[in-house]
Amino acid sequence: MTVVSVNKDVAALSFTIVAEFDADVKRVWRIWEDPRQLERWWGPPTWPATFETHEFSAGGKAAYYMTGPDGTKARGWWKFTIINAPDHLEFDDGFADEHGEPVDELGITHAIVKLEPVGDRTRMTLTSSFESEEQMQKMADMGMEDGMREAIEQIDAVLAEPANA
Amino acid sequence: MVVDQLSRSPEKDVALDRLFQALADATRRDIVARVTAGEYSVSGLAALYTMSFAAVQKHVAVLERASLVTKEKRGREQIVRGNHDGLQKARHLLDHFEMIWRQRASRIADILAEDDERDLP
Repeated sequence: MTVVSVNKDVAALSFTIVAEFDADVKRVWRIWEDPRQLERWWGPPTWPATFETHEFSAGGKAAYYMTGPDGTKARGWWKFTIINAPDHLEFDDGFADEHGEPVDELGITHAIVKLEPVGDRTRMTLTSSFESEEQMQKMADMGMEDGMREAIEQIDAVLAEPANA
Repeated sequence: MVVDQLSRSPEKDVALDRLFQALADATRRDIVARVTAGEYSVSGLAALYTMSFAAVQKHVAVLERASLVTKEKRGREQIVRGNHDGLQKARHLLDHFEMIWRQRASRIADILAEDDERDLP
């Protein structure tokens, strides 16, 4: 099992996921450090992410967009606040408009990522704290839309199969 | 008021604003946590904080407007309880995040697994 646990704190608007991977800490660090690897997992397959900027050091910025099936681009920005290679990074995560400018009123999510060795595997703990429920809704729309749509399409496909097949 | 979770509407935006404002205060989050676990009277809540009864009453009113708690008169007391439908909305969003991150974790695992294949002699 990749995902070990998930903790959702409704009153504090925060979310924590713990996952374990079959690789050492240095290798898992690279999926954050290397924007080309980050692009392969940040967005869902139907809504892939492209990182135009990825300054992986404290105070550095990242700019990315996710491209939907109809070509729609959803833009976001990060600001790295802590980069302690190879096991601890923190960043602020917000929305951007079509010119890549931050949209402040939608609020900022703060993400904390920690990596630790567990035997020859790596445990990753990620905590996201949201400023508001509205922002949580926006982030969910941006990251989910497609994941949900895919899941629903899969269910539809199963339901469409003849019962005796 | 029941707010449709799937469609955006002015009513929903107002409801979200209220929810946001309601949860943006530490005392109100504490009240929500307490009354979700069990009912309290407003005076019972007031005894827990250093602020005045009127201030606590105001916090409860904000939470009530955001549909996070319900208030009911019982004799001379006002009883406050958690509104599970209101909390359900926030929980629903966190469920979405669980799905997003489970999918991300599985994609990371796939990337790392490809490495292993490439490293094989």
